[in-house]
Amino acid sequence: MNAPRTMFEKIWSSHAVREEPDEAAILYIDLHLVHEVTSPQAFEGLRMSGRKVRRPDKTFATMDHNVPTSDRSLPILDQIAAKQIETLETNCREFGVTLYDLNSPDQGIVHVIGPELGLTQPGRTIVCGDSHTSTHGAFGALAFGIGTSEVEHVLATQCLQQQRPKTFRIAIEGGLQEGVTAKDIILNIIRRIGTAGGAGHVIEYAGSTIRALSMEQRMTVCNMSIEGGARAGMIAPDETTYAYLEGRRFSPKGADWDAAVEYWKTLPSDDGADWDAELEIDAAEIAPQVTWGVNPGQTVDVGGAVPSPDDFDNPDDQKTAERALEYMDLTPGQQITDLKLDRVFIGSCTNSRISDLRAAANVVKGRKANADVRAMVVPGSQAVKRQAEAEGLDAVFRDAGFDWRESGCSMCLGMNPDTLAPGERCASSSNRNFEGRQGKGGRTHLVSPEMAAAAAIAGRFVDIRSWS
Amino acid sequence: MEPFVEHTGLAAPLDAANIDTDQIIPKQFLKRIERAGFGQFLFFDWRFKDDGSENPDFSLNEPQYRGASILIAGANFGCGSSREHAPWALLDYGFRVLIAPSFADIFRSNCYKNGILPIELSSEDAARLRRQAETRDGFQLTVNLPKQTVSDPDGKTYSFEMDSFRKEFLLKGLDDIGWTLQYERDIAEYEKKRDALPT
Repeated sequence: MNAPRTMFEKIWSSHAVREEPDEAAILYIDLHLVHEVTSPQAFEGLRMSGRKVRRPDKTFATMDHNVPTSDRSLPILDQIAAKQIETLETNCREFGVTLYDLNSPDQGIVHVIGPELGLTQPGRTIVCGDSHTSTHGAFGALAFGIGTSEVEHVLATQCLQQQRPKTFRIAIEGGLQEGVTAKDIILNIIRRIGTAGGAGHVIEYAGSTIRALSMEQRMTVCNMSIEGGARAGMIAPDETTYAYLEGRRFSPKGADWDAAVEYWKTLPSDDGADWDAELEIDAAEIAPQVTWGVNPGQTVDVGGAVPSPDDFDNPDDQKTAERALEYMDLTPGQQITDLKLDRVFIGSCTNSRISDLRAAANVVKGRKANADVRAMVVPGSQAVKRQAEAEGLDAVFRDAGFDWRESGCSMCLGMNPDTLAPGERCASSSNRNFEGRQGKGGRTHLVSPEMAAAAAIAGRFVDIRSWS
Repeated sequence: MEPFVEHTGLAAPLDAANIDTDQIIPKQFLKRIERAGFGQFLFFDWRFKDDGSENPDFSLNEPQYRGASILIAGANFGCGSSREHAPWALLDYGFRVLIAPSFADIFRSNCYKNGILPIELSSEDAARLRRQAETRDGFQLTVNLPKQTVSDPDGKTYSFEMDSFRKEFLLKGLDDIGWTLQYERDIAEYEKKRDALPT
């Protein structure tokens, strides 16, 4: 009998083209997603060495990072951004890569459209020149972010050189409190393990709480694996996964579908498999989370207070806390619910899918945004936008005074005109609260879409569990 | 890629942990389609004030660290975004060696691809070297990759661990894609089997 194996080990070994001692493995890549910011230099590298894209049929591109979220019929004013977008168009044409451009009904954030189109499937190896590629692990795929040199490597060879990472099982058990979301689960995990806690590891999220999550919620959890330092995050496929995938454009059809499901059922980790690290969390302990600092590990419960550097044992953490307090203009002991906000951002590859927008709209419905708050909603894709508009969610947001935008990464990283002004404080459903991330001098607090929506109405953070 | 065998250079301290790639190269500079010329934007928001003048409080702006080629920083250096613009900026500014208690995974890999050597030392050793860089004028270190050592001017030597495969690539300046393409037949064979599967 074979030794019990983790899902990661099964996928890894079925994709190792070559694995020899003292060498990196050559890992075959099933799906390569490409966007405008991390690919121009890779295509240029191919051109300079006279190489082609080995498998254009496994390569899909879109533009999301630097695109405006205003009226798409207007020209892009930022000339350098326009040039980068044009370059992707030229490269895709020259190398025969499918591109969902700004005029495409399928355009959107790369990690939103991959699953929507059925490109993301269990058992696949998936890479993209973007650290939030871990999102796709929600389907039981091995998905991770790579740099531009590696983008070129995959374009040229459809493979990557990889050192085998370690495995880390995080089990979350039991029911969540009302108002506590997938975003709170992952923020709570990062708070516990730290921003380097998953370094060198692939995390598998397991347990009854995870099993009960929808696919979109699972994507939120896996998305932020990188914020815990992990190489990738994954969740075993199950009936929820198959139900999501069935009938999507690139999902297997007919007899292939049945054979695929048969195969996918062999993927989950075997009982008794060995893990390099393990952690168990009681779901009932998780409250709505709010980051107070400048990395996603600097998180507290919404009912809590801004900590003092003295609350930390490690000198590095103390120094990081001091710096964060200064940058965020906070004082130890301040209640989170006393923090007033200038901006609210609902969007990003973490939380911009239809269920996120429904949840936020449900909070906003029939209310008005606080007069001091500018709130914006940026759907993750054109498909999400169409669906939301069909359900009238855009009207709910607009009636409440929220800005309803076109799809893209937008103010998650502020490469386009959507940015915070210096000193502005923002409740954001995105994934990074780094200094300057949303705009130089901007102050980001990461929360769930529901918490962001409620904060827009109240003008300050509120505990969604008791707020009405 | 330029081979890396031995390097002697001025060491500069950067006393902070969890320095993310958004700090190393802020997003407004990622719109360029070139690989070169990112050094001017390195640590931009820390290095420059709003009026464009240099921030005198930022260590790399201090006169004694001009021309530094070895950076000593805190743990989890390079966390966050996978942007390879971060090592491009460090290299273009003049850094060939980074010393820290730990590096983020994608960043470390991106460094190797650009001939930058990321060296992990214990927190104590990294802090000791950083303090010396802060207090001694012209503090130079010598890094020997074949021996996997860092030596200070007093002859004290620190050993570091390194994956032998990556070491070989750095020493010889090997081309990653060229190496993988040696196994093109294996890839083609694998692909035949893979393409026959339903998913």
